[in-house]
Amino acid sequence: MMKKIFTRPKALTDAAFHYCPGCTHGIIHRLVAEVIDELGAADNTVGVCPVGCAVFAYNYFNVDMFQASHGRAPAVATGIKRALPDRLVFTYQGDGDLASIGTAEIVHAAARGEKFTTIFVNNAVYGMTGGQMAPTTLLGQKTTTTPKGRDKDNNGYPVKVAEMLSTLDGAAYVARVSVHNPTHVNKAKKVIKKAFEVQIKGLGFALVEVLSSCPTNWGMAPNEALKWLEDNMIPFYPLGVYKEPAEVK
Amino acid sequence: MSKILMKGNEAIGEGAIRAGCRYFFGYPITPQSELPHYLAKRMPEVGGVFLQAESEVSAINMVYGAAGAGMRVMTSSSSPGLSLMQEGISYLVGAELPCVIVNIMRGGPGLGNIAPAQGDYFQSTKGGGHGDYKLITLAPESVQEIIDLMAKAFDLADQYRNPVMLLGDGILGQMMEPVELGEIKEVKQADKPWAASGMKGRSNSNIINSLYINPEDCEKLNEKLFAKYAEITDKEQIWEEYQLDGAEIVLVAYGTAARICKSAVDKARAKGIKAGLIRPVTLWPFPAKVIAKIAQSVNCLLTVEMSMGQMVEDVRLAANGVCPVHFYGRSGGMVPEVAEVLAKIEELTAGGDRE
Amino acid sequence: MARVTFREERCKGCELCIAVCPENIIILADHINAMGFHPATVVEQEKCKGCAMCARMCPDLVIEVEREVAGCE
Repeated sequence: MMKKIFTRPKALTDAAFHYCPGCTHGIIHRLVAEVIDELGAADNTVGVCPVGCAVFAYNYFNVDMFQASHGRAPAVATGIKRALPDRLVFTYQGDGDLASIGTAEIVHAAARGEKFTTIFVNNAVYGMTGGQMAPTTLLGQKTTTTPKGRDKDNNGYPVKVAEMLSTLDGAAYVARVSVHNPTHVNKAKKVIKKAFEVQIKGLGFALVEVLSSCPTNWGMAPNEALKWLEDNMIPFYPLGVYKEPAEVK
Repeated sequence: MSKILMKGNEAIGEGAIRAGCRYFFGYPITPQSELPHYLAKRMPEVGGVFLQAESEVSAINMVYGAAGAGMRVMTSSSSPGLSLMQEGISYLVGAELPCVIVNIMRGGPGLGNIAPAQGDYFQSTKGGGHGDYKLITLAPESVQEIIDLMAKAFDLADQYRNPVMLLGDGILGQMMEPVELGEIKEVKQADKPWAASGMKGRSNSNIINSLYINPEDCEKLNEKLFAKYAEITDKEQIWEEYQLDGAEIVLVAYGTAARICKSAVDKARAKGIKAGLIRPVTLWPFPAKVIAKIAQSVNCLLTVEMSMGQMVEDVRLAANGVCPVHFYGRSGGMVPEVAEVLAKIEELTAGGDRE
Repeated sequence: MARVTFREERCKGCELCIAVCPENIIILADHINAMGFHPATVVEQEKCKGCAMCARMCPDLVIEVEREVAGCE
């Protein structure tokens, strides 16, 4: 008999994503939703979406959701999780939101060991506002605010979030994954699931940095953008599990 | 019940706990720090959460999280800290989340100083952050009134789904007075079916949000908020009337300035000057009704503030040209003395009756 | 035996599915959908092995995959 082996997860609504063609936000949304389904947690989950391209994520996840001000999702999630410790709480944030304006919030949420999960989407550019330099923009990478490429003397260096946060004692689980091909998409899902399990086990803060593409603002066709990610981002942002508690190894 | 001696800042904390608040997020700043000190001890005793945030910006967003999850929650700060919170307060209003925010004002602008002031009246009553909105603003004048108003603050916040500001100054926060706490009662809290706390069998998800990308929808939100504000303006004006009998000059002052004015009114009465006082307890909604009424019968109004003159604009709007509205104020952390206010009363009443 | 179905009206024609299909049986259709994109579609359905690589890469959850499963439930 024929059986559906791949279909839309229940933790997503049926709303069509507003993302540009080939944007990998949609893949990452699906992975998070599949993990919520597999954990049987949709009824018990509260998500927090950022300011940035994923600002409308509350329309897509079929769970209770908050929309947070720019960069403050970790503070909002702290308020939710402290009020409702038995709920599964996650933030979904981009690189401008998390690694620039929201640096204080993510660092201190991690340092306190807040028991929620952060999905950090790093596409090395500000998407929603028009392709400006992000804290994660690579040296030499052209953006609308670095038209000749990011220059270390003027703009400084990209921020390696996973490495930075993994130095904090409160951060229990920190990993970096990529979604540039099906193999890595599958790996990313396993890592995201672990980051939620760390929360369920009450082990501390968990963050998954997901390398992602932005065909529109990179000025590339979607497949070309994934190749650029693989060739340029992964060497600078190495994939792997930076920190993992023994309980989930 | 016997009275106990309590500091204003501590009374805010105890009043909040008695009002059923179990979540506090804040960042240290003088002159309100006794409040977080008190709650750091007290919250765990009642099974609540006290959390020191990394900044005022984070504190107000933690409030957003806990309020959206359906809890009675509070933060507190002092003037510069409130400036940092303004974006978050605007989001709280836009998402219609109830919470209580305490501002123990100090001298400004800038870093200013830690002396008592009332320079944040505009920030508290006119919106403060971006967009069209109002905060219900309560201004106690004594430690006892703090206790009484904390319960009111949480009730109003829940009833109207809007943040409520408790506005005091450094003197009110620091001074000790005897208070009657009364018995600890079980607090009946409103149902919050809108809270985003996990669907728990609900078929539709709850979303805490202030994003309305279509201007038509955003205008509808503004109209909804202002329909609510019209109701609040109509129903919730609170003020105290002091020595209004036959008053020819009526002072208008709130909080610490009102206490000084009461002494000035007493001294003026002792000299045969028919002076009185209206003390707004709600700064927003401003008690315009009573000001409009008293303007008909007095020679003039005198607004006294610990600022360069902010509330005086609301007094003038309410008096609407029916009588002159004068102002006396000290600012930057300076507190008006009774003798200065009395001298101003004498100056204004020297010319005799109103023509 | 496997089958892929495309929810054409949701497809933005990004071609991520096309690049990963090991059987090279996905193309962009000549026609455009309501959003103005040439939607991805499958030719030679009978060659589909049901590996679901296309679906895993689809950012818009356009693709459903069915496969013959041994035995019954």
